Amino acid sequence: MTPHPGGAPGGSVLAALTAEQHGKLMTLARDVALPAGTRIFEEGEKADRFWIIRSGTVALDIHMPGRGRAVVETIGAGSLLGWSWLCPPRQWHLAAETREPFRAWEFDAVAVHDLCAEDTALGLSLVTAVAETIGERLRATRTRLLDLYGPPGPQGSGAAP
Amino acid sequence: MTPAPLSYRVVDRRDETHDTVTLVLEPGGDALDPFAPGQFAMLYAFGVGEIPVSVSRLGDGHRLTHTVRAVGAVSRALCGLRTGGWVGVRGPFGTTWDAAAAHGSDLLVIAGGIGLAPLRPLVDTVLAKPHAFGRLNVLAGARTPSDLLYTDEFPAWEKPFGAVTVDRPSGGWTGRVGVVTTLLHEARFTPSDTVAFVCGPEVMMRATARALIHQGVRPDRIQVSLERNMRCATGHCGHCQLGPLLLCRDGPVVGYDQAEPLLTVREL
Ligand SMILES: Cc1cc2nc3c(=O)[nH]c(=O)nc-3n(C[C@H](O)[C@H](O)[C@H](O)COP(=O)(O)OP(=O)(O)OC[C@H]3O[C@@H](n4cnc5c(N)ncnc54)[C@H](O)[C@@H]3O)c2cc1C
Ligand code: FES
Repeated sequence: MTPHPGGAPGGSVLAALTAEQHGKLMTLARDVALPAGTRIFEEGEKADRFWIIRSGTVALDIHMPGRGRAVVETIGAGSLLGWSWLCPPRQWHLAAETREPFRAWEFDAVAVHDLCAEDTALGLSLVTAVAETIGERLRATRTRLLDLYGPPGPQGSGAAP
Repeated sequence: MTPAPLSYRVVDRRDETHDTVTLVLEPGGDALDPFAPGQFAMLYAFGVGEIPVSVSRLGDGHRLTHTVRAVGAVSRALCGLRTGGWVGVRGPFGTTWDAAAAHGSDLLVIAGGIGLAPLRPLVDTVLAKPHAFGRLNVLAGARTPSDLLYTDEFPAWEKPFGAVTVDRPSGGWTGRVGVVTTLLHEARFTPSDTVAFVCGPEVMMRATARALIHQGVRPDRIQVSLERNMRCATGHCGHCQLGPLLLCRDGPVVGYDQAEPLLTVREL
């Protein structure tokens, strides 16, 4: 099944802000559109921006020497793409490539940092929302490590429904 | 007390994945009462044993459709049956997905692995009466692309809203990778007016229910299907007990408001 085109317009990060904070942050947003198959960033590069996806999906991958790239997660409309800009060493942990035509709000990290320093309430709301996304991804990763759908019993943790 | 199984013949069989088979059964004589979505039968593989298996499609006269994943002796024996083979069947047992509770509301049907099998009759019901319901979303997660069930039916689910995701991509998979809850971002529903139907491993159901509650879906509007080993299926032997519930009788489908406190207790 392919993902439905369009999808949630807003993004959970933006939804966490008040109307005023949302307005302020959006003055820094740049509307970007990229075709499918575009490398957005590479592992280890400087993480100087982030995106809130409006439509399309993005695959996050990791390079495995001698084995090519392995996709570890895909994210779609409504999701935050990139949180490495928030904390040192501010380098991308993974690489990102568009799977489908992609539309997003792009934010420059330095400009957002400056805005957060100026309006600390906005800064706290934004950091809390980004932390929530990071927590969500961590929980998802841990759940996947359980190999839930694998064979039931001691090997896999899931009971066959 | 426990009614004797009726004999059913395998009239059709289909390999869904490397370890999962769908069997279509027809009564050899007397037929069981009709099943409703979410209910299960006790399927007896002659000489091996009897296990609970949900109905995975309704209709077609007295025929029964079940999708079985081979995990142990009995399920392997059932998966190994060929057309013309015989099975003993008791049922219908248990509670049903309460589709009526979703009349006029948006629906989220969320499945993990073989959990899609018990949910398929519910999806069929909704697709047959689209005007009775709000927006339908079918979200399915599987371990790998080759573990996905019913791939030929995806196009029909895609049209309302459907998406699948796998934990481990392989074999040129270009779809989603990640847990099934990540698909919620794109599903189309109004949390305050949504009924969710969730089936999969218990940890998956818990994580999904928590994500739904966080988004504003009421716990009593989240239905989950709980499983325990079953023997009599008639509420007498106590094998399927979970706290105050006997899941063969009070389940498998229960509201998350009722299930949540039971699922988070380590031992009951
Ligand atoms: C209400 C209900 C509906 C079910 N619907 C389906 C279905 O539609 N399709 C399907 O393939 N399976 C379904 N199951 C699960 C199925 O009953 C078990 O896979 C089966 O009992 C395993 O028996 P076995 O003899 O093949 O394996 P066993 O040798 O008994 O067990 C193999 C492994 O399966 C685990 N197991 C055994 N019984 C259960 C159980 N009841 N639930 C979870 N894990 C179990 C054991 O812990 C062991 O790890 C359902 C279970 C219930 C309770
Ligand atoms: S299986 Fe015997 S009481 Fe439920």
